[in-house]
Amino acid sequence: MAENVVLQMRNIHKSFPGVRALQGVDFTLRKGEVHALMGENGAGKSTLIKVLTGVYSKDEGQVSIEGNEVAIHSPQEAQKNGISTVYQEITLCPNLSVAENMYIGRSESICQNWKKMNTDADKILQSLDIPAKATQQLSTCSLAVQQMVAIARAVDTDCKVLILDEPTSSLDEQEVEKLFKLMRDLKGRGVGIVFVTHFLDQVYEICDRITVMRDGQLVGEFEIEKLPRVQLVSKMLGKELDDLSDIQGEYSTYENKEGEAPVFEAEDLCSDAGIKPFNFHIKKGEVNGFTGLLGSGRSESVRAIFGADRITSGNVKMNGKPVKIKKPIDAMKNGIAYLPEDRKRDGIVGDLSVRDNILLAQQVLRGFLKPFSKAESDKIADEYIKLLSVKTASADTPIKSLSGGNQQKVILARWLLTHPEYLILDEPTRGIDVGTKVDIQKLVLKLASEGMSVTFISSELDEMLRTCSRLVVMRDGRMVGELSGQDLNQNKVMNTIAGGDK
Amino acid sequence: MGNNDAKKSGGSSFFAELTRNQLFIPMAALLLLLVFNLIMDPGFFKITLGYNSAGYPVLSGFLITILDSGSELAILAIGMTLVTAATGGQDISVGAAIAISGSVLLRMLCGTNTRPETLVMPVILAFLITCVVAMLFGAFNGTLVAVFGIQPMIATLILYTAGRSIAAWVNNNELPIITEPSFAYYGNYIPGCPIPTPFFIAMICVVVIALILKFTTLRLYTQAVGINEYSAKLNGLNPVFIKILSFVILGLCVAVVGLIKVSRFSTINYSVIAKDIEMDAILAVALGGNALSGGKFNMTASIIGAYVIQCLTTTLYKFDVQADALPAYKAVVVIVLVVLSAPIVREKLAKLMPKSGNREVA
Repeated sequence: MAENVVLQMRNIHKSFPGVRALQGVDFTLRKGEVHALMGENGAGKSTLIKVLTGVYSKDEGQVSIEGNEVAIHSPQEAQKNGISTVYQEITLCPNLSVAENMYIGRSESICQNWKKMNTDADKILQSLDIPAKATQQLSTCSLAVQQMVAIARAVDTDCKVLILDEPTSSLDEQEVEKLFKLMRDLKGRGVGIVFVTHFLDQVYEICDRITVMRDGQLVGEFEIEKLPRVQLVSKMLGKELDDLSDIQGEYSTYENKEGEAPVFEAEDLCSDAGIKPFNFHIKKGEVNGFTGLLGSGRSESVRAIFGADRITSGNVKMNGKPVKIKKPIDAMKNGIAYLPEDRKRDGIVGDLSVRDNILLAQQVLRGFLKPFSKAESDKIADEYIKLLSVKTASADTPIKSLSGGNQQKVILARWLLTHPEYLILDEPTRGIDVGTKVDIQKLVLKLASEGMSVTFISSELDEMLRTCSRLVVMRDGRMVGELSGQDLNQNKVMNTIAGGDK
Repeated sequence: MGNNDAKKSGGSSFFAELTRNQLFIPMAALLLLLVFNLIMDPGFFKITLGYNSAGYPVLSGFLITILDSGSELAILAIGMTLVTAATGGQDISVGAAIAISGSVLLRMLCGTNTRPETLVMPVILAFLITCVVAMLFGAFNGTLVAVFGIQPMIATLILYTAGRSIAAWVNNNELPIITEPSFAYYGNYIPGCPIPTPFFIAMICVVVIALILKFTTLRLYTQAVGINEYSAKLNGLNPVFIKILSFVILGLCVAVVGLIKVSRFSTINYSVIAKDIEMDAILAVALGGNALSGGKFNMTASIIGAYVIQCLTTTLYKFDVQADALPAYKAVVVIVLVVLSAPIVREKLAKLMPKSGNREVA
């Protein structure tokens, strides 16, 4: 084993009921390197980190620190072994001072020498060049400084391994620069840093090595110079570059008339959810998609179209006529429907029956004084349960007791019932079985052939290529490309997602 | 009105089906109380026809007392159920708001004279003004909760603290007395009718809310907002508006109870009127098997719950429990209810009754 290896994980296995989250994963961290851990959602990154920090116990495998095998059962033990973690969300107490935050819960004795604590804290802050005072209240610091204080707290405990779990997601560019400077400092001191992020640019700026994971398995460990961006993306998504998919549409495409205005058209549309203004349009009967890695702003873009976040700028036209969409109800009245990404949080109304969940949106459109009668609602619910073959005991069953795929069908039914002109589906196939996935894709194509415009978002590129005739590519909240026709292949899409010249 | 009526599902026993019904809890509690009274002293059920001081026939007895006082609670329970469902919290300023309503009503009827010979304006007009004031206070509470995201109990703590002072201030801290006999009808008896008027008022309120729930989408909207605000918003609902609306409706209920309370004595005592009534109203909602964390609700169960609470209070009074000691006894009921509806206990109970499946107690 090489001298400078600080952390070695071998053959780590971890299963949850029904899921094999980690299958024989190896991970090696050397002294004084920044090591990126990459992978799409569900790849097992966070499970691996939680095993390392003692949040989960591993089923199988060895972890060794500087050559000595260790057993880590709790975050405290991880800390004792020199493993510190800084999470995406700042887990400090904003109402305490900087020094208090650095030392909270670490005092062995009952008494606390406040003066010594403050001088010690100031020394550390100075040595790490963090622009904060020990006695300052944490909430008065900027987010980046708070993040740095969290790191200072972590490294002060004789830290050998520092895990940064998406530390940059809430920081702006300058703040990220400051954080990187601190990371380089620590690297110089011989700390091994594990860096988890979705931002490719940042990986190539600061990291020395990359470990890629996919579906709970190790894809490989690479030196940064030897892994160009495009290859990294292809390894994350699990697609070979030359794996050309050639899928013919089973459904006829809708014939657009000459000179017809797009069903939906947006100019400089922007919301407060962290995206840059973008232009977008969709024609009648078209299926297009937003693609990009997680966190690239694809969901935020469609949310802006639906008015789900606060709209900050932009002009919107429907069928050539200017309309105002500030709230979801405005969008709904204009014939736009939106199936949200987070089914549990934004989609279902858990305790309500399948029937009420199907009727909800249409009922809101009908208005307060026109409730569906019992007979009407029974009829509609039964019709849509049959149409989408929702598996439910009855229309009275609470939606939360249905399986994920059937919940999704109910939400889809809800929006189909409003007979939208423009249907937005954000990750309609996530977490549901293959059969239902294919059903939903077929349905999308069928609806489009009948003249409905559909925007389809999926993490699975296959699905997008199979269903969409045009893809909008997003990166870091910006629209970076638009692909259609000949360009609509995996190579081109992944190239555009990766960006840069490499 | 109950949307939770037992559904026929194959194989479940009669008992399981019975207990699945949300009306089961308040009904069982009522039955328990009545049986207890029957054993201890059947005189509880005696109703006598007597004559009041004005010489009109009136019914009296413990059951009539329950019907009379319970009606106030039932009216409040309507509003409290909606607030609970929409916001997942409760309004604790109800008693103080009743004091304000009563005070405003008296001020409108009496003007600046505290012992008027004749009323300044018709009762109906004064009552309408009171309604507007009470609804404004409801909107104030609702705005704090819905717009500023303050916990309902904390938001309504403001009015809970300040309400009685405001009530006193409305009448310059004087206690107006109304001598006009017809004003006493609302809280007592209409001449010739032996049943107390508050019961009729409560029944009108019940019918009105039943019609509203039938002919508008209030139930669906309130439940959707209470269960999943994000989802409700993405379905075009305005959660802020619906939460405020629930508080405004509760304000209307408060105005009605204010009328009954003031009419009972033809005067007002700012520090005593409707004291602690909010706790009984909340208890009624809980006893009706509605989750205090919001979401689905059953209005019928809440209204029955209100009368059950009053039955408990009256029973305790009958056994000469001191007024100061009443809350302690009610606390026992609250503990039993809360523990019964706790998820841990529910799971255990569900296991005990295999046929009933995952029935929800609350």
